[in-house]
Amino acid sequence: MFNPRRLFLILVPYSWLFFLFLVPFGIVLKISLSDAALSIPPYTPQFDPEGGWAAIRELFSGFDLENFIWLSEDNLYWKAYLSSVWIALVSVLLTLLVGYPIAYAMARSSEEWRPTLLMLVILPFWTSFLIRVYAWIGILGSNGYLNQLLLWSGVIDEPLVILNTNWAVYIGIVYTYLPFMVLPIYATLEKLDGDLLEAAEDLGCSRFQAFWLVTVPLSRPGIIAGCFLVFIPVVGEFVIPSLLGGSKTLMIGKILWDEFFSNRDWPVASAVAVVLLLILIIPIILFQRQQQRAQEAEQ
Amino acid sequence: MKRKTSHILAAAIASMTLALPALAEEVKVYNWSDYIDEELLTKFEAETGIKVIYDVFDSNEVLETKLLAGSTGYDVVVPSGTFMSRQIQAGAFQKIDKSKLSNFGNVWDDIAARTAVYDPGNEYGINYMWGTTGIGYNVNKVKEILGDDAPVNSLALVFEPGNMEKLAACGVHFLDAPTEIVPAVLRYLGEDPDSKDKDVLAKAQPILEAVRPHVRKFHSSEYINALANGEICVAFGWSGDILQARDRAAEADNGIEIAYSIPSEGSLLWFDMMAIPVDAPNPEAAHKFLNFILDAQNMAAASNYVYYANGNKASQEFLVEDVIGDTAIYPDEATVKNLYSTTSYDLKTQKFVTRMWTKIKTGS
Repeated sequence: MFNPRRLFLILVPYSWLFFLFLVPFGIVLKISLSDAALSIPPYTPQFDPEGGWAAIRELFSGFDLENFIWLSEDNLYWKAYLSSVWIALVSVLLTLLVGYPIAYAMARSSEEWRPTLLMLVILPFWTSFLIRVYAWIGILGSNGYLNQLLLWSGVIDEPLVILNTNWAVYIGIVYTYLPFMVLPIYATLEKLDGDLLEAAEDLGCSRFQAFWLVTVPLSRPGIIAGCFLVFIPVVGEFVIPSLLGGSKTLMIGKILWDEFFSNRDWPVASAVAVVLLLILIIPIILFQRQQQRAQEAEQ
Repeated sequence: MKRKTSHILAAAIASMTLALPALAEEVKVYNWSDYIDEELLTKFEAETGIKVIYDVFDSNEVLETKLLAGSTGYDVVVPSGTFMSRQIQAGAFQKIDKSKLSNFGNVWDDIAARTAVYDPGNEYGINYMWGTTGIGYNVNKVKEILGDDAPVNSLALVFEPGNMEKLAACGVHFLDAPTEIVPAVLRYLGEDPDSKDKDVLAKAQPILEAVRPHVRKFHSSEYINALANGEICVAFGWSGDILQARDRAAEADNGIEIAYSIPSEGSLLWFDMMAIPVDAPNPEAAHKFLNFILDAQNMAAASNYVYYANGNKASQEFLVEDVIGDTAIYPDEATVKNLYSTTSYDLKTQKFVTRMWTKIKTGS
């Protein structure tokens, strides 16, 4: 039966998806099929809205897959994709290792403390992301605070070279994305029924076994959400590697920047973006399918 | 409920309108970082009543991408000559109405003749500053490492792996601009620095790959501070930026002495041009700004502050001796003869050079 209220409820998220994802993606896809040119904007063919059908036909006849062929012919792009995915995977692992204990401690603390702790996790968002990453330059530099502290305390004799290496990139990423890992895990742990742990212990589990067999599996949705929230933006990360990383740090965000700015080749830049999206979306869809099937099997 | 919201909305709109100041006329300027004496902007505002919104960039590529995307919102932009020539072809600028520039007579003919290569008839831009790309170094550190006969006046200092290996410990920065570095390598090899031939361009790659492990960073603006505070001891960069580093070190009185040298092999002579985008929101104000900059005393104040030479003949009598008398800024005739200029790459060559640059920097 037609229900306007229900239609409205569905319409809101779908129009969001349509206007903020599909339309921009369509534009990027269109540019990725065109050719670079010296004009404003710097690609051809361009759509002339007054030309009617003829213009649309002309637009489509100008499309080709040349840019995607170009990507496949140069191993630079694959190396950059792989290196980005690798950096993102390591970052996910590191944020999980650091973030889970934080979320766990927060969830186990007394109830009057929780809002304060939650606030402390969110607090860094009140300062610009750029300034926070920039601050790490001052901390990690060869004359930076960290090296000064280590030299002063006698741990090292020569300043450590951290800035402009992949180490600095990992430190920056873990620092920046930690809240995205902590918050979803905390949300699942907070709702965890304490009776379950008691029951496990009554049935002979040690505390660690109870944690491993009860707490961790029950917080799985939070862990998965946190991992995606960290993994997806880190793959395309540009600011952190360009500020903290060295020239050797190869990431797809940087390649995209080069295509767009140094080569002023918007079509190839768009093709890089389209492939990046496919690389991210296909495994995520497959993963969700598999999850759904597992859930159905359980029921 | 509905009435209440509409009341709140009305109140909010009313307070917003009250908070907005009377619309002042604005001119939006997009210039290179560390490239003007900010007092000049205050002076312009006081003289004309036009508010200056001033933004900065540190690479021609960023400016070009904004220009080619269109609707930058800027009234005055400052591309280098090579980049400007193809931006003119793309239709990015409007012609300058010289009848609105009462100070146009101050332009230095010699410089105008050179910039006409990029902008025939100088129809789209006026020269702001010009300079060279060369070697900035920490005098004592380099002497300490390479001895008294360190080749500070030669490109061998930065392109010879033996020298770079020794300098690596104290830190070397290169500009992250292949259009500046690749021509220098070609010149060092005795090739045409303006070559568009892929085989010739490719000759730069092994030279740069050999010194690459000893370059701490490729970056186009960080080296000013890095030289001044002793983080690095050599930078292959722009003349005025290095002289600003010299000045900052002297001001900080930290015992660091920075010098700039134009390599004896020759150096890239470049020109930064002030131009008005085709879709500038306020071209009237843009012309006023250009005319203000063309004023001999204002132009001299800018050069005295940023240590770059300018294309304004009349300004020279107001330049301090530190600037007009320094051959690193206003090179003597023999040096000028040894300088070269480049023209812009076409798309294919540009892609080839960028790809080579990525390979040199990342090893892949």
